[in-house]
Amino acid sequence: MQITSPAFKENARIALHDAGLQKALGNLKEGFPVKRSTAVARMPEFEQLRDEGTALKNHILENLDIYLEQFEANVIKNGGHVHWCRTPEDACKKILDICKEVDAKTVTKGKSMVSEEINLNDYLEKNGVEPIETDLGEYILQLRGDHPSHIIAPAIHLNLEDVSEIFHEKHKRPKSSDPKVLMQEAREMLREKFAGADVGITGANFLVAETGSSIIVTNEGNGDLTQTLPKTHIVVTSIEKVVPTLEDMTLFLRLLARSATGQEFTVYNTLSTGPRRAGDQDGPENFHVVLVDNGRSEMVGSEFQEMLRCIRCSACMNHCPVYGAVGGHSYGWVYPGPMGSVLTPQMIGIEEAGLLPNASTFCGKCESVCPVRIPLPKLMRHWREDEFSKHLSPKAVRWGIGGWAFFAKRPTLYRLLSISSNLFLRVMAGKKGHIKKIPLAGGWTDGRDMPAPRGKTFMSQYKSRKQS
Amino acid sequence: MHASEKPIKVGLFVTCLVDMFRPSIGFATIKLLENAGCKVSVPEAQTCCGQPAFNSGDKKSTQDIARQTIQAFDGYEYVVGPSGSCIGMLHHYTELFDENDPWKARAEDLKSRAFEITSFLTDVLDFNTILSKYDAKATYHDSCAGLRELGVKQQPRKLLAKVANLTLSEMEESETCCGFGGTFCVKYPDISNRMVENKTSNIVDSGATTLLGGDLGCLLNMAGKLKRQGHKIETRHIVEVLAGMTDEPAIGDADYELGQPA
Ligand code: SF4
Repeated sequence: MQITSPAFKENARIALHDAGLQKALGNLKEGFPVKRSTAVARMPEFEQLRDEGTALKNHILENLDIYLEQFEANVIKNGGHVHWCRTPEDACKKILDICKEVDAKTVTKGKSMVSEEINLNDYLEKNGVEPIETDLGEYILQLRGDHPSHIIAPAIHLNLEDVSEIFHEKHKRPKSSDPKVLMQEAREMLREKFAGADVGITGANFLVAETGSSIIVTNEGNGDLTQTLPKTHIVVTSIEKVVPTLEDMTLFLRLLARSATGQEFTVYNTLSTGPRRAGDQDGPENFHVVLVDNGRSEMVGSEFQEMLRCIRCSACMNHCPVYGAVGGHSYGWVYPGPMGSVLTPQMIGIEEAGLLPNASTFCGKCESVCPVRIPLPKLMRHWREDEFSKHLSPKAVRWGIGGWAFFAKRPTLYRLLSISSNLFLRVMAGKKGHIKKIPLAGGWTDGRDMPAPRGKTFMSQYKSRKQS
Repeated sequence: MHASEKPIKVGLFVTCLVDMFRPSIGFATIKLLENAGCKVSVPEAQTCCGQPAFNSGDKKSTQDIARQTIQAFDGYEYVVGPSGSCIGMLHHYTELFDENDPWKARAEDLKSRAFEITSFLTDVLDFNTILSKYDAKATYHDSCAGLRELGVKQQPRKLLAKVANLTLSEMEESETCCGFGGTFCVKYPDISNRMVENKTSNIVDSGATTLLGGDLGCLLNMAGKLKRQGHKIETRHIVEVLAGMTDEPAIGDADYELGQPA
């Protein structure tokens, strides 16, 4: 996927004027947040569950190596394989090798953000293997040559008309805008592909150390077919997904479903524990887990460690007013919204992604809904500090802040500055009480008036009152 | 609780926006505090809380400003300000210093004494002798930092319930950010503008004649948008209403002769 994070502002400006996108984002606002709050209200112990989840994740991160090794040992015991991949390239290459070993022509895929992160589809296609997305949203995107704009609802930026359009074009069937008909059409198209696929690739929501299992949760059941029908099942996922026990996993499943869609439980919860055993009715003959690092182990022990608690529920973006205004594509890479604004700089570099951690008012809504209490604003601020100390922030910002701080550190001079700014704005306003246009402050006055100061500064007035 | 004969020593944190844009908020805050039995002083050495530097990643300048503010408010039993955002920033000072830095303890101490005005009146003083009167149907915007960092939600509503002739008509999404965000509105004006548009449409839909809030930054933003859109809704800081100091024109409505401030 092409990175457009450096063009965030331009992306955002276009998105704000895209009527179709704005309509779709409107639906999002009415959907997930409302459902989440209903689900939370129904569960009085939800806050306690969040505390438990946070503490457990912290414990896991402190012992990440131990649990990962335990997980690996159990996968091997079950007859599967684990591949450790430091970079996206390593991971893609490994997956291609496995595909080649079984002479695969087509692979079916369940929804996996890690596979987006490593840009797997492009890589496979370039190397003669056809990937087929089986999640409905991802399938639609693949037909369009599009990318997810949301981590659990990848096609949230589209409207029904868009789907009807692309199905008509690619399926060569009569155009329909009945969701049921469209769904049926997708099912029929995908069914053949399921049957013919040589390899099934899925992500994982969690990896269970004590059993060597991986689990994916879906509401469509496509994951089940992806991982049971083909002869080879590859799980591509990242190292922070490991949890110690099945019971720990259920704690996170409860948090995840409620935080994401407001469900008490996701519809399909599918565990994979190694390849098919003698006597099993079905299941793959080969089972591989590709564990991607891609900068995560660097985050352990750093000021960004808390980000690794993330369970990819999407609550932070669902509640983010900035995401809600500009949509996921504006962020210009795989992970959008507040969680993306923390992760993206780690993965593609702060030089490329610097605008993202700045694109927040720090309203704190994301942190207030995050099931594992990740202090997202604080972590975005850490990126801003990193940027500032590396002299990457725009000159205007550095000079502006530098100049302002010079005064803020000198109360007497600061008084003079506020007195003169106060006077300047009052002169600008005349008798109107507000100003329509201020030089160098177009950002403000393009969209709104600037209320004028009322009288002299507080400090001046206070002084004269005390003296009188 | 404090005995009434010994007034509580409060240092007023004016905030830079109140200093520059709307001094009446500072005077209304003083009046409320005095009514509640406090002796209020305004330390000279204060400037801004340092939030613009903090949120721009300039930690060094933030630390300098933090030390200056901590020193300026030494010796006051409480530090009170008419802004959840700026008082929230005073609380953030604790994050700026390492455990073994002596400023860390001083920052913790300041944090334990620093309160947003409506929370101070309600949670600390249990003060509810509001004698003001204001004819309006008002709606209240919950500014983010006050709400989520300091837990300011019921306090302003409790106090407003005491104001004669005022009814409160809650808007949809009163807890959603207005798009001000300090430097955010300058760095990302398009997005900020969309956010404040959503806000004003909720304000208008509430049917209120007055918009109230506890943070001048947000109020300037929303008032500026309401003005640009041509709405007649008045915007005021809550302390003006609580202190009965509403003779002053509302935010953005001023009409005065230069050189003869009200
Ligand atoms: S940061 Fe928190 S809210 Fe956002 S996706 Fe991760 S777990 Fe969910």
